[in-house]
Amino acid sequence: MNAENTANQKTTTPKIIVKDLNFYYGDYRALKDINLSIAEKMVTAFIGPSGCGKSTLLRTFNRMYQLYPKQKATGQVLLDGANILDKKQDLNMLRAKIGMVFQKPTPFPMSIYDNIAFGVKLYESLNKNNMDERVEWALRKSALWTEAKDKLRQSGTSLSGGQQQRLCIARAIAVKPQVLLLDEPTSALDPISTAHIEKLIDELKEDFTIVIVTHNMQQAARVSDYTAYMYLGDLIEFGDTSTVFTNPKRKETEDYITGRFG
Amino acid sequence: MLTLYTRRRIINAIGLGISILAMLFGLFWLCWILWTLLGHGLPAMAPVVFEQMTPPPGSSGGLLNAIAGSLMMTLVGTLIGTPIGILAGTYLAEFGQRGWLAPVTRFINDVLLSAPSIVIGLFVYESYVVHVKHFSGWAGALALSIIVIPVVIRTTENMLRLVPTTLREAAAALGAPQWKIINFITLRAARAGIITGVMLAIARISGETAPLLFTALNNQFWSSNMDQPMANLPVVIFQFAMSPYEDWQKLAWAGALLITLSVLTLNILARVLFRQKAASH
Repeated sequence: MNAENTANQKTTTPKIIVKDLNFYYGDYRALKDINLSIAEKMVTAFIGPSGCGKSTLLRTFNRMYQLYPKQKATGQVLLDGANILDKKQDLNMLRAKIGMVFQKPTPFPMSIYDNIAFGVKLYESLNKNNMDERVEWALRKSALWTEAKDKLRQSGTSLSGGQQQRLCIARAIAVKPQVLLLDEPTSALDPISTAHIEKLIDELKEDFTIVIVTHNMQQAARVSDYTAYMYLGDLIEFGDTSTVFTNPKRKETEDYITGRFG
Repeated sequence: MLTLYTRRRIINAIGLGISILAMLFGLFWLCWILWTLLGHGLPAMAPVVFEQMTPPPGSSGGLLNAIAGSLMMTLVGTLIGTPIGILAGTYLAEFGQRGWLAPVTRFINDVLLSAPSIVIGLFVYESYVVHVKHFSGWAGALALSIIVIPVVIRTTENMLRLVPTTLREAAAALGAPQWKIINFITLRAARAGIITGVMLAIARISGETAPLLFTALNNQFWSSNMDQPMANLPVVIFQFAMSPYEDWQKLAWAGALLITLSVLTLNILARVLFRQKAASH
């Protein structure tokens, strides 16, 4: 639990600033005037009961909602000062900067090597040696190298669930993004795999700004520097994790984290 | 008064009994068909069936020209129908959420899927054969491809819909453009299922008689020219089985057995492929 203390001492620059963000599924308003900022190279956790809008908020950061015609966002999400909700923002370049890992492991139907190379090839044309190095780098970063190095040509689906999830993390960081979005990355995993991923998150924040959505409050307390508590589309409380968990300003937050509600 | 548990057991036994009876009823006819087919077909099977052309009544002969014609027309029909079917099915599954074009296409495709094959034969007769003024292998292949298309469209769309949305989202989150997502992720994930669909379509057309009757007609002699009337197994069976000549009838049985066995093989292959896919997920 020392991470929070050091976090407080560090001077943090905001990587993402959210201003007056509203989000609609058709007519339903799922996010209501959200304002917050995500600190660079820190872990920010979104917690709250199901349906509170935490995943929705996360998915505005890479405009994932744009796959679905009835969803729309208004307001501003500034990445390094530039509004990514702007129509002029190139989606593919945005997603090169902001990687994402999903709740269920989603290995592509191809080999472990190609799973990682697929994303890299979208932006860079590396020769074989450089690609080999990149794949190894990504697998080492995601703590999968020792388990996967002898079966790079095997299908990604042949790995266990926890390994698949680390493969997905490797795939996301291989593109060298600046921000990593984790949408309940461990909720489909067993405790040991979860511990692996949490340790990984701690190491990855050296290089990446991480935003994690989690159902598990202990997990938020363990891995994050900042925590946002959301309820019914409102951001109820946002602050550094130790304060939110030990000395919440709002009664609703306290009720939720002490288990009296939600 | 029966206890709840006993009552449930009795209802279960009745339901199970009816289901088993229905299954036996269906299987009974199927086995009878296979039995008759094997009984008449096996004795008629001889090397000569694969070596000689369809004979005039009274002389010996085989089915070589009909086998070759069937293979050629099935192949061409599949080659025309498969790409169109896969592309259209991909459109329906991946782009078919908005607009009016996709629902209309889907509806028409369903109609086409259940259209009697003789209507398709008549259509090709009217729109192609009448204009070139002669029956031909091309016309036969065309008619078969029109049967292939809706089958492949339907299976391709269904198989692509089985690919989890999260997989598409994961690829989109990497910044992959939609054509790459479709080409490298979703089509690849659905590959085994789509191949299965194509094989089922081949199995379907290899036994079709009606569409060939008005298009390829028949040919007593060897012909590898697709622009000429072409012999084919279904029409030969139709013609020979209706004839009063015993040696023709025997050849018809041999042909029927051949078609059945090849369709059976294709179906088994398709099933094995699909099972492998299921096992890898």
